[in-house]
Amino acid sequence: MTALLAAISPDADIYVAQNVFFGLIAVVMLYSAYRVVTTINIVHAALWLVLVLAGVAAQFILLGAEFVAVTQVLVYIGAVVVLFLFGIMLTRASLGDDETVREEKHAMAAVVGVLLFSVMALALIDTWGDDRIVIDEPQRVQEVSDAIFSRYIIPFEAVSVLLLAALIGAIVVARKD
Amino acid sequence: MIAELSYWQETAIRVGAGLGAVLLVAGTLVYVHLFKMVSFMQSRLGPMEAGPYGSLQLLAEVGKHLQKEDIFPRKADRFVFAAAPFVVLASTFLLVVVVPGGPDAWFVNNDVGIYLAMAVSSVSVIGILMAGWGSANKYSLLGGLRATGQLIAYELPLILAVVGVVIQAGTMNMQGIVFAQAEGEIFGWGGIGNPYILTQGVAFLIFLIAMQAELTQSPFDMPIAESELVSGYMTEYSGMRFLMFFIGEFATAGVFSAVAAVLFLGGWYIPGIDPTDNIMNVLGPLVMFAKIVILTFLVFWVRFTFPRFREDQLQRLAWKFLIPLSLANIVVTAIFKVWI
Repeated sequence: MTALLAAISPDADIYVAQNVFFGLIAVVMLYSAYRVVTTINIVHAALWLVLVLAGVAAQFILLGAEFVAVTQVLVYIGAVVVLFLFGIMLTRASLGDDETVREEKHAMAAVVGVLLFSVMALALIDTWGDDRIVIDEPQRVQEVSDAIFSRYIIPFEAVSVLLLAALIGAIVVARKD
Repeated sequence: MIAELSYWQETAIRVGAGLGAVLLVAGTLVYVHLFKMVSFMQSRLGPMEAGPYGSLQLLAEVGKHLQKEDIFPRKADRFVFAAAPFVVLASTFLLVVVVPGGPDAWFVNNDVGIYLAMAVSSVSVIGILMAGWGSANKYSLLGGLRATGQLIAYELPLILAVVGVVIQAGTMNMQGIVFAQAEGEIFGWGGIGNPYILTQGVAFLIFLIAMQAELTQSPFDMPIAESELVSGYMTEYSGMRFLMFFIGEFATAGVFSAVAAVLFLGGWYIPGIDPTDNIMNVLGPLVMFAKIVILTFLVFWVRFTFPRFREDQLQRLAWKFLIPLSLANIVVTAIFKVWI
């Protein structure tokens, strides 16, 4: 509550609107993520996942990272979730609840989730600490592409070779002859 | 004029204009193309009773749909079924924000521009799958799956065709693409600028074909093939929700045409008038509107002329012809960009 009061005082040095919307989006994301793992209707789980991923894109926009946000929408919502839904509907398009989902290994998933969260939280705290990142304007696409094609050219090429290998592998697996 | 307004006033005007642009264009297309043009092609008059030359027919149709019962199939997944048309329509309204109409007459002027348009246009697939699955009807589900397979396949040539333009303009910003064409020169002659249809003609054709498929218009209307699937994923919808799918279909046709007009036909600029002149804020939207009507005329001309593809022919056209062709176009464009 004190943080909220500090946020609305006129001399506060933080972005009020951004923080309010961060909170709103974060609540929606947390609830959707909770529903993804608790609902026993697989299609509903995939649709809740859309909300989580859209929330991530919205948070990227609040950080001024337009390019990353749009990529998030294009890749995750437009392709990954669509493929999930496509696969589910082609194979087991059972309307309504699927009782077999209830017996999934919740304890194991919880352990993995906590581990992943602590690794990411540690990495973030270790990298940024108490630094305050000032975002005056959205990041230019040109800056992103300059960074990718100069400083990070080797990781970029490695990832593209990996993707090409996966592509060829998919074709080999799918071929009948 | 706009500079004197405060931020929220400016934003309110832009949002209102965006809503107006989508609905106005959709209404015009339904009346001019669907009601009148097609009727003349088939040697009939089309609607004539409501208003002069049937111009108020559209309002009558909307009124009719609003009164109809909102029917839910008994086994339908009620929430998913009810939400699907909103997802499809939201995709259309998100798509329109990148289209500029003048030096200050834009909805959103950001760096990602055309990339944003390509991303949000893929969101409508989720709405179509929701509609197909939520209806609890095997015809709807088949229609939804066909639509998804088709939209995924034709999204690739659509995006790859755009890449050629982006390479040539050197920006993804829609305003930047318009200015690049307005200030371009054809072999040193800058009289009409350089609309990219001249240098990216192949990409333009690929874009139009892929656009026709993305809009699921004939000859790419396998998803709603009425002789096989009743009406595909829209089968169970009635009243207002059907109307939303209907508006979405025509509004998306208009918005995709607007994107094509910006990318390939030079957008809102007029040769001979300084593109930063204030008068362009009034003339620009009219130019865009004219180009939208011309491009959608092509879409509906093809729609009412050709019979539909078979599913395997449709997929083969995308994967074995359009995608390699658009990749070759990118390579050639990149070589010209670097060496010339």
